[in-house]
Amino acid sequence: MTDTRSADELASSAPDTSNNRDIILQIDKVTKHFDSAYACDDISLSIHRGEFFSLLGASGCGKTTLLRILAGFETPTSGRVLIDGVDVTNVPPYQRPVNMMFQSFALFPHMSVIDNIAFGLKQEAISKAERNDRVREMMSLVQIEKLAGRKPHQLSGGQRQRVALARALAKHPKLLLLDEPLGALDKKLREQTQFELINLQQRLGITFIMVTHDQEEAMTMSSRIALMHEGRVEQVDTPRRIYEFPATRYAAGFIGLVNLFQGVVVSHENDQVLIECEELPGQLLVHHSQPLAVGMDVSVALRPEKIRVLPGNDNQPNRVNAVIKDIAYLGDVSIYHAEVASGKRIKFTLPNVQALAEQPLTWEQEVTLGWQGDSCGVLTL
Amino acid sequence: MRKRSTFLLTAMIMGYAFLYIPIFSLVAYSFNESRLVTVWSGFSTKWYAALLENDALLDAAWLSIKVAAINASCAIVLGTLAALALVKLKGKRGTRSLGVMVTAPLVMPEVITGLSLLLLFVAMETMLGWPAGRGQTTIILAHVTFSMAYVTVIVQSRLANMDQSLEEAAMDLGAKPLKVFFAITLPIISPALIAGWLLAFTLSMDDLVVANFVSGPGATTLPMVVYSSVRLGVSPQINALATIMISVVAIAVLIGGIITWRQEKRNTQRH
Repeated sequence: MTDTRSADELASSAPDTSNNRDIILQIDKVTKHFDSAYACDDISLSIHRGEFFSLLGASGCGKTTLLRILAGFETPTSGRVLIDGVDVTNVPPYQRPVNMMFQSFALFPHMSVIDNIAFGLKQEAISKAERNDRVREMMSLVQIEKLAGRKPHQLSGGQRQRVALARALAKHPKLLLLDEPLGALDKKLREQTQFELINLQQRLGITFIMVTHDQEEAMTMSSRIALMHEGRVEQVDTPRRIYEFPATRYAAGFIGLVNLFQGVVVSHENDQVLIECEELPGQLLVHHSQPLAVGMDVSVALRPEKIRVLPGNDNQPNRVNAVIKDIAYLGDVSIYHAEVASGKRIKFTLPNVQALAEQPLTWEQEVTLGWQGDSCGVLTL
Repeated sequence: MRKRSTFLLTAMIMGYAFLYIPIFSLVAYSFNESRLVTVWSGFSTKWYAALLENDALLDAAWLSIKVAAINASCAIVLGTLAALALVKLKGKRGTRSLGVMVTAPLVMPEVITGLSLLLLFVAMETMLGWPAGRGQTTIILAHVTFSMAYVTVIVQSRLANMDQSLEEAAMDLGAKPLKVFFAITLPIISPALIAGWLLAFTLSMDDLVVANFVSGPGATTLPMVVYSSVRLGVSPQINALATIMISVVAIAVLIGGIITWRQEKRNTQRH
């Protein structure tokens, strides 16, 4: 990995409150297959105390199965799960120090809000007074004191989400598992709830593990993300590093927009790789510190916002002439699709700085695009 | 448009008339003063009074209610267990054919059910010494056999519609499987249990054919008494009895309907 930048620069958007040496959850070579299909394939992860960790992936990638293994609803075919150093692989769900917030919220329809929240505590040997205190504390934590006597069917989606959260937190679990926690909410409410969840997590210091298919949600909320694909972990990293330095082609393509160029390594000196691409007339000069063999097939990933429109082409590396073919106006930015001589299309974005100005570029306009050598990444997988 | 709605209205009235005129005439004639069932000679409640003094009929009614209640309670337990097994083991090998087999008594002709049970009870008595003779016990056993199938179907559909994550959530919160069943599953499927109980009760109250096969001396259910007394000529007492039974059934259906309606209202509010 290219790693010459300062640690500060790479810090995630959500502050990491974890103590890196303190591992609360260890997933050790966990494999799960249903009949012959692999849902999880040799997954190993270490999650630190106090982290907000996300399992991100498209549907069917095994993220939910992994979460269910952590909760104890599925037993792995092989491998171990350790919580706080204790092997819980074969411990039933009702004896694990773990609670889960379900995608459907799974509120008990025949119980009031207060009984839903108290349910977990009733399974423990604690006094009634203490139980009532804990329930009241949870209700004020998520601001639902006024809903105490209501039944779930009398609540809105957002209120149900809060009750489910309070119920899962009431037992002070070591891990809180969240299965698509915001999936059932509409967009506006989702954005607001994202920040509430982050604040809550930091206030309580409980380790959150969230499953989501929404990359934006994962980026906003997580201290680290494990990107999963076909039962395997593609990359585990902070949101910023996953975006800026994807480890694989899949990771680059899954999160955000990306231009991928296939090429061959021509030379590699002083951390500068020269790459010859069939699709591009010029060569690519990319900053890369890991060893690469000359003649090796690689991909270069380039994010659309890293590309600049330059005044003229002086035939240097990382420059290319192209013709604008498509423009998508998104409000804050516009996405341009420019075609180079080989027919390859390059996506780039420009912010719409002035409200009344015409588009800075128009259809069929010839432009020169350029980018910095340290703005793109070399992918070998 | 108008013509069509008149046609539909007529069709509807005809349909309901077809269903309810026999019942209403029966109810009306139960208040007939005359001894003859078909001749109206004035209003009277004397047949109801006579009914209260007819010990054979009252004993049979009491037996039927007892059999029906025990049957419904047993059928609920067994049917729920069968439904749980079928829903929880869904997808496992063999459960599909089990699911079909459990509903077989629904389509089996009653004569065959009755005869096969009679043969079974006789064979069991010879080999095991139980059930000794035929009577109340054998009627209950026979009724449970087919009522259970109905209960299974009702409870199974309710269980299949229940959100599986509710049980998982309870387990996740520290409840052991048995506790999950009694605290979460049972309350949620309770409308189906009530409906199943009422249906099993009604089926048992209603049954003549199977009971005729498996009952013995001293155990005569209400339908058996009604049937045999009608053969000797219909007494208006039977009308009075039928009226009472219809009222009881109507009330039961009404309660069942209200429960289902409330449940449905809650479901639609939720989504």
